Amino acid sequence: MKFLASFYGSSIGKKWVVALTGLMLVGYVVGHLVGNLQIFAGPEQINQYAAMLHSMPKALWVIRAVLIAGLFLHVFTTLKLAAENKAAKARQNERRASTAPKPAKKTMVLSGLVLLSFIVYHLLHFTVRSTDPRFHSLPRGEHDVHTMVILGFQNPLVSGFYLLSVFLLCMHLSHGLQSVLQTLGINSKSLRDTLNKGGQTVSWILFAGYASIPVAVLLNKLTVVAP
Amino acid sequence: MKHLNLKVKVWRQKNASAEGGLVEYEARNIPEDASFLEMLDILNEQLQEKGEPAIAFDHDCREGICGMCSLSINGIPHGPSATTTCQLYMRHFKDGETIFIEPFRARAFPVLRDLMVDRSAFDRIQQAGGYITARTGSAQDANAILIPKPAADKAMEAAACIGCGACVAACPNGSAMLFVGAKATHLNTLPQGQPERNQRTLAMVRKMDAEGFGNCSNHYECEAVCPANIPLTVISQLNRDFVKAAVSESVQ
Repeated sequence: MKFLASFYGSSIGKKWVVALTGLMLVGYVVGHLVGNLQIFAGPEQINQYAAMLHSMPKALWVIRAVLIAGLFLHVFTTLKLAAENKAAKARQNERRASTAPKPAKKTMVLSGLVLLSFIVYHLLHFTVRSTDPRFHSLPRGEHDVHTMVILGFQNPLVSGFYLLSVFLLCMHLSHGLQSVLQTLGINSKSLRDTLNKGGQTVSWILFAGYASIPVAVLLNKLTVVAP
Repeated sequence: MKHLNLKVKVWRQKNASAEGGLVEYEARNIPEDASFLEMLDILNEQLQEKGEPAIAFDHDCREGICGMCSLSINGIPHGPSATTTCQLYMRHFKDGETIFIEPFRARAFPVLRDLMVDRSAFDRIQQAGGYITARTGSAQDANAILIPKPAADKAMEAAACIGCGACVAACPNGSAMLFVGAKATHLNTLPQGQPERNQRTLAMVRKMDAEGFGNCSNHYECEAVCPANIPLTVISQLNRDFVKAAVSESVQ
């Protein structure tokens, strides 16, 4: 306990908490995409996958609880760090210039907070299903994820907010992935460029994967299949 | 030799507790081969002739090795060249240009007067752990301790830090991680630094936090302005060493 308190009390300790929870959330983002992309394999495939997840409710709730706790720690610790950083630079010079500018770096807190609001909406939309009455009477029953997702994304507003959010997510990760490694002490002169480019490549592959689903729905490439 | 006439907007502040502000001056007839500090010397002479108080700024060796000169020039610590302010020459500026000259800014670096800031927080971090303990008396043979070449190179590169504080001034968070990373990596890489490695790392990081520096959020502005070319990998090394030291402290 004493160790945790003094670790979390230090600047580097807090950064490690943000990095480790960030890494866990990236793991979820990858896993979630693997699940989502099964929609292209037809209703049986993805609905079976959803039923499989729901067939082990205990494991599902443990994973959900760990993810929510991780997300809470990630956001709470970042906001604490950001407040400390603001205080450490209370007064700014009149003329400021950046020698290493990158929009992703400057907007980590902002992109994170927009994502947080997206996560709340996304859970209400597809998990709790409180925003769309059609999701309560799906043709193949409760686990008809295929129909639900396509009906959901046919609304351009829903798809638009989703695309914006996954774009922000991947922008967040394009700085976040190499930032996580740097904070965990995994960086060196010879690795640096590879880690940097690797992080960005992974981020934009994730974006392409996530964006492909609403885009396919809007272009009518993915349509509701009658049972 | 070409001469320049410049407008400079300089931060003037009577003392640590006074409110400061930018004041505009004309710096006339500045030789383009003058250093930035010599430009300020010339401007101060012109001010004193008019009976105005001279602008206070930090300087010492004027050779780029002592780390005493500072100044945020047009928003960039040490200005547009990759050296210290004393090694910056006026040929980098255009005739008629307006130059903003402000102090290195961070909560841990309070302004004492005009452009002078108190950087003694760095000294206190060094005193907390930036040393090795060695017995006094006759020195042992220089070759008695073998140092692998890569370790010697890495330590030497980190040891190049002159402690000027540009990293803190450039950091949007006022973080001192590049400085502390350099000082810790320097000794943590050498065999002589091993006995006190964990103790040093913990003490320096804790002192850094207590002095009111911000947290590193990997913007890397520090590395871009560092006149000694300290690489940001010293920060990842510090991140690694700190957690190792904290864990080993807790299980002792």
